[in-house]
Amino acid sequence: MDSIQLFILLLDATFRVATPLILAAMAGMFSERSGVVDIGLEGKMLGAAFAAAAAASVSGSAWVGLGAGILTSLALSSLHAYACVTHKGNQVVSGMAINIMVAGLTPTLAIAWFHKGGQTPALSGDSRFQPITLPFADALRDTPIIGFTYAELISGHNILVYIAVISVPIVAYVMYRTRFGLRVRAVGENPHAVDTAGISVDLMRYKALAVTGLLCGIAGTYISSAHGAGFIRDMTAGKGYLALAALIFGKWKPVPTLFACLLFAFTDALQARLQGVDLPIVGVIPVQFIQALPYILTVLLLAGFVGKAHPPKAIGIPYIKER
Amino acid sequence: MMTNNTALELRRVNKWFGPVHANKDISLSVGRGTIHGIIGENGAGKSTLMSIVYGFYQAEEGIILVNGKECLIDNPQASIAAGIGMVHQHFMLVDTFTVLENVILGVEGGARLTDGLTKARKELLRLEKEYSLEIDVDAYVGDLPVGLRQRVEILKALYRGAEILILDEPTGVLTPQEADHLFRILNTLRDQGKTVVLITHKLREIMAITDNVSVMRRGEMVAHVATKDTSREHLAELMVGRTVLLQVEKEEATPGKTIMKIRDLSFIDGEGVLRLKKIDLDIKAGEILGIAGVSGNGQSELLSVLGGIDRPSAGSVIYKDEDITNSRSFNARNLRKIGLGHVPEDRHRSGLILSFSAKENTILGYHDSPNYNKGTTLDQNSVLKTCEAYIEKFDVRPPDPNLNASGFSGGNQQKLVLAREMENDPDILLVGQPTRGVDIGAIEFIHKQLIEMRDAGKAILVVSVEIEEVMSLSDRIAVMFDGEIVGELDAKDATETRLGLMMAGVKEDPTSEQLEENKAADS
Amino acid sequence: MIEVKSKFGSPAKVPAWVNLALIPLINLAAALFISGIVILIVGDDPIQALEVLFYGAFGYADAIGYTLYYTTNFIFTGLAVAIAFHCGLFNIGAEGQALMGGLGVGLAALYLDFLPSWVVIPIAIATAAAFGAFWAYIPGYLQAKRGSHIVITTIMFNFIAASIMTYLLVEVLIAPGGQSPESREFAELSWLPFFHDFLPMPDTPLNVSFIFALLLSGAFYYFVWRTRWGYEIRVVGQNETAAKYAGISPSRNIILAMALSGALAGFVGVNEVLGVHHRLILDFTGGFGFVGIAVALMGRNHPVGIFIAALLFGALYQGGSELAFEMKTINREMVIVIQGLIILFSGALENMFRPKIESFFKRKKTTTAARA
Repeated sequence: MDSIQLFILLLDATFRVATPLILAAMAGMFSERSGVVDIGLEGKMLGAAFAAAAAASVSGSAWVGLGAGILTSLALSSLHAYACVTHKGNQVVSGMAINIMVAGLTPTLAIAWFHKGGQTPALSGDSRFQPITLPFADALRDTPIIGFTYAELISGHNILVYIAVISVPIVAYVMYRTRFGLRVRAVGENPHAVDTAGISVDLMRYKALAVTGLLCGIAGTYISSAHGAGFIRDMTAGKGYLALAALIFGKWKPVPTLFACLLFAFTDALQARLQGVDLPIVGVIPVQFIQALPYILTVLLLAGFVGKAHPPKAIGIPYIKER
Repeated sequence: MMTNNTALELRRVNKWFGPVHANKDISLSVGRGTIHGIIGENGAGKSTLMSIVYGFYQAEEGIILVNGKECLIDNPQASIAAGIGMVHQHFMLVDTFTVLENVILGVEGGARLTDGLTKARKELLRLEKEYSLEIDVDAYVGDLPVGLRQRVEILKALYRGAEILILDEPTGVLTPQEADHLFRILNTLRDQGKTVVLITHKLREIMAITDNVSVMRRGEMVAHVATKDTSREHLAELMVGRTVLLQVEKEEATPGKTIMKIRDLSFIDGEGVLRLKKIDLDIKAGEILGIAGVSGNGQSELLSVLGGIDRPSAGSVIYKDEDITNSRSFNARNLRKIGLGHVPEDRHRSGLILSFSAKENTILGYHDSPNYNKGTTLDQNSVLKTCEAYIEKFDVRPPDPNLNASGFSGGNQQKLVLAREMENDPDILLVGQPTRGVDIGAIEFIHKQLIEMRDAGKAILVVSVEIEEVMSLSDRIAVMFDGEIVGELDAKDATETRLGLMMAGVKEDPTSEQLEENKAADS
Repeated sequence: MIEVKSKFGSPAKVPAWVNLALIPLINLAAALFISGIVILIVGDDPIQALEVLFYGAFGYADAIGYTLYYTTNFIFTGLAVAIAFHCGLFNIGAEGQALMGGLGVGLAALYLDFLPSWVVIPIAIATAAAFGAFWAYIPGYLQAKRGSHIVITTIMFNFIAASIMTYLLVEVLIAPGGQSPESREFAELSWLPFFHDFLPMPDTPLNVSFIFALLLSGAFYYFVWRTRWGYEIRVVGQNETAAKYAGISPSRNIILAMALSGALAGFVGVNEVLGVHHRLILDFTGGFGFVGIAVALMGRNHPVGIFIAALLFGALYQGGSELAFEMKTINREMVIVIQGLIILFSGALENMFRPKIESFFKRKKTTTAARA
C-alpha cells in the first residue's frame, strides 16, 4: 500500500511538472508543423512567466496575470514570425535571439519595477492559481487506491493543469479535423501547394505562431503563478528545450508528444524523490547527476530511439516564391 | 477572333524580375473550347506568363481578360474565381495527404473538415466518371505514381470549377503512351467545352494535339499560327530565331573494348526500397550508351551507384577488367582518380556549389589532386589558371573566374561542370541530363563536345529523359523501367514507339541471346 | 535540418564596404536604438548610458585592458561558432564546451604542477582543446551518424556540462577546507603571463591568451580558405548532396568541424582559468559561448569580422559592468538584452534593411535575358 501511495504521489508530481512541458510542446507543434522551427519556446515561456507574475502581483488577480502572460508570449511569437516569415530570417538564430533577450530583459525589468534583485513579489491568494478540489475528493480520500488516486492524482490541481490535459485532445482535433489544421500541416509540408491553392503562406504561418504564442503564454503563467509563487530569474530552466525535444521524440504528433512530455516529467519527479536516497548497489547518487537526468535522457532518446523521424518537410526553410 | 468566343485574352503584358525583362509586351488570345499551345525554349518566359495568368505573379503592365471581361488577377484565389485552373510542372501536392485532402485544400467548405470531405468525395466521383479520370481518393499522394499525381492536379482544378485549364510541361514525367492518354483526356475536356492551354517545349505535342499555337522567344511572343498551317521545322525556326539542325551530326561509332562492365547490379536505398534490379550493362570505349526512361525509374540511382556516391547492394562493377565492387576504392573520390568523370543530373543540387566562385567550383571533387596542392596549401594560382583554361576552351560567359556559380546562366553552368569532368581526362564519362535547362546554342555545343570525346575513344554513358536527345546522341540505347533494363537496342533500330513501349515497361521478345552472349563473355 | 545556408549565396553587386561595414553598422545601430528604449522604460537616460558605456570600455588604460581581455573570450567562441557555421552546423554548445575546456585546464594545472612551466602550460592548453573538442565531438557524432538534432543535443550538453562541473567542484576538486565550490589555487608556474608583467600598463586580467587568440584567427583563415580540409568543410556546409557527389564525406566533416569548434571554445578556459582566476571556479564561462553566435554572425564567419565583432562585445561587456556601477537602475543583465538585440538585428532580421540598402547602391543593369 505504501509503495502504491508513493507511486501515486510520484505520478501526481509528474503531472505538475509535465504541465508546462505539455503546453509548450503543443505550442511548438503548431509552429513546427507550419514549417517554422521554434527554439524560442523557452524565451516565450520565460517572458510570459515574468509578465504573469508581475501583472498578478500588481493587480492581485491571477487571471489578469494570465492575460499579461499570453499577451507577452504572443508579442514574442509575432516578433519571431516577423523575423522568420516576413523577413525570411534564420529561424534558429531568431529563436536564440529571443531567448537571450528575454533572459536579460526579465531581470532588468524586475529590478527596475520591484527592486527585489530580479524577482517579483511572492504571489498568494487570488494572485496565484489555487488548487481546485473536485467534488467528493475529501470524502473519498480514505477509500483505498481508487479514492486516494482520485483525491491526490485527479483532484487538487489548479485550473492550468486541467487546461494542459485537455489541450492535447483539442490540439489533436484542430490538427486533424479542421480546416485550420489541414492548412497548417500543408504549409509545413509543401508551402508551394498552399500558395497555389490561393492561401497565403505567410498568413498561415503567422496564425500558427499565434497559437504557439497563446499556449506558451499559458505554460509560462503556470510556471510563475501556479506551480511557483512569483517570478525568479531563469526559472524556465530549459523546459522550452525539453518540450522541443519531446516534440521531436513524439514525431510532431499530439499523443506521442504527450507521452514524451510525461516521460521527461516523470524523470524530473523521480529526481526530486531520489535526492539523498540510498539506493541498493549504487548508493547515494550525487544530486547533480540526478538533476541532469532529464537532459541525459533527452540526448539518449534522440540518439537511440527516435529512429528515422520524418519532420515536416518544409521545416526551417523560409518560403520564397521561386521564379 | 470575336471577343465572345475568346476565353482568355492578354494585352501587352510586361513582367520584370529585377533587371530581367521576363515578358515583353505579350498579347495572346485563346479561343473558347480549343487547345492552345504555347511553345518556346527553356527560359523563353512561358511559365512566367502562365504564372501571371494564374495570379502567382503580378505583371507590372498589361491586362488580362477572361470571357471578354477585364479581370484583376492579383492572387491565385482571384484566378480560381475567374475559372482558371493550373497544373504545374512540379506538382503542387502534399505527399502526406490523401487525394481527397489535396483536392479540398483551399476550398474546404467550412471550418470542420468532415462536411467538406463528404461533399468532395461525391463530387470527385462524379468528375472521375465524367472525364474518365479514375483514381482512389483515399490513397496517399506520396504513394501514387507520377501519372496519377498529375490526374490529381487535373481533378483539383476541375473541382474548383475551372473552365480554362493551363498545363505547364505536363509530359515531362510521362512515357509517350502516358502522354497520349493525357492527350485523350485533354480532348475530352475540350469536347465538353473546356479551354486548354498547353505549355511545352516539345514540338511533337504541339503538332499532335493543339488547335492553335503561339511561339515565344526570349520573353517575346513571336508568332501566332493555326497548328494545321505550320510544321515542326517552321516552329523550331520561330522558337530559336534561326534554322536549327534537329539532328546531331556524327560519324558511325567504332566501339573498342569494354571499359565498365556491370553485372546483376542491385541497389536498395535508405528507405529500404529496391531501386535497381539486376542491371547488366557494358559501357564501351568509343561509344555513347544512352539510357532512356521516364524519370524516377532508377536512372538517378544508377548514376549515383556508378559514380561511387552510393554503394551497390548486390552485383558487380568491373572497371577495366578489375572487379572494383568490393574494393575500398569504390567511392566517388577514388573513382575520379582512376579515370571516371561524372556530370550529375542536377547541377544545382550536386554539380556546383552555387555560392562558390567558378574558380572554387573548378576543383570540386578534384580538390585533393596534387595539381592543386602544395603541401597543405591549396595552390590558388594553379586553380585560377585551370579555371581560366576551362572558361576559354568551353566558351563560358561571362569569362569571370571569380563570379559565383549562381551568377551564370544554365547553359554556362553546365559548361563549367562539363569542363571540369571532361578536362581531367577520364576514360569513362557518366552524363545525366546533359542539356536540361540549357538554351539551344549551348545544347549544340555540348552535344558536339560529347561526340568529340567519343571519337577520342572514351566510353560515355548518357542518361536523359528527353527521348529525342537519347535517340540522336546515342550509338546504343538501353531503356529503364522500374529499376530494370527492359531492353537494349542499336540506335539505328530505335523508333519513338518502340522506346515508348519499353519506357512503359513492355518488354520486347526476351533478349535471351544477348544475355547469353554477355554471360559467356564474363567467364 | 536547419538551413544556415541561404544567406551566403547571392552574388554581390554592391560595393564591398556596404556589405561588410554599412549594413552591420545599421543593424548595430538598430539594436542600440531599441536598447535605448529599454533604458528609457526602466527610467534612465540612454544617451548618458551610451557615454558611460563607451568611456567604461575605452576611456582609460585599465578599461582597455579589460575590454581586450573580454575580447579574447569572444574571439575564441566566435571562431568556434564560425567553423561550425562553415559546415552548416549550429553549435549552441560553445558554453558547455568552454566549461569542459576549463575543466581540462584545471586538471592539468592541478595534477601536473610538478612539471616545469614550459611543459605544464602547453599541456594545459592541449587538454583545454581536447576536453572542449570531446564535448562537441559527441553531438557532432550523434548528428552525423544518428541524425540527432545538433541544436537540441548541444543545448542539453550545456546543462550536462554545468552539472558535471558543479559536482566536481562541490565533491571532488574543492580546495581542502574550503567552503565555496572552487579548487585550490594553481601553482604559480602554471600561470599565463599577464600583459602588465611585461608591458608598462596597469594591472588588468589581459594575458597572453589574447595573442594566442590572434594567432588562432590567422590559423583559422588559413585552414578554412587555404587548405583542402577547409574547402571540404565549406562544401559540406553549403551543399551536402554536392559533397557526396564530389566524394567528400559529410559525416566525417561534420564531426571534424564540431571537434574543432569545441576545441576553439575550450580555449576560453585557457584565458579564464589559466590566465586570470588561476583556479577552477563555477560559471567562469559567463555567457561567452552564447555571445559567440552573435560574434560569428556579425563577423560573417570571417576572422577579421570576428575580431571586430569580438572587440565590440568585449567593449559592451566591460562598458556594461561600468554601466551597472554608474547608473542606478541599470544592471549587468542589460548587457544580455543588448546582446540579444544585436543577435536579432544582425542575424534573424538581417534581411530587414539589406534589400533597401542594396537596391540603393545597385547600379541598374539592363539585362534583357528572360527567364521562365
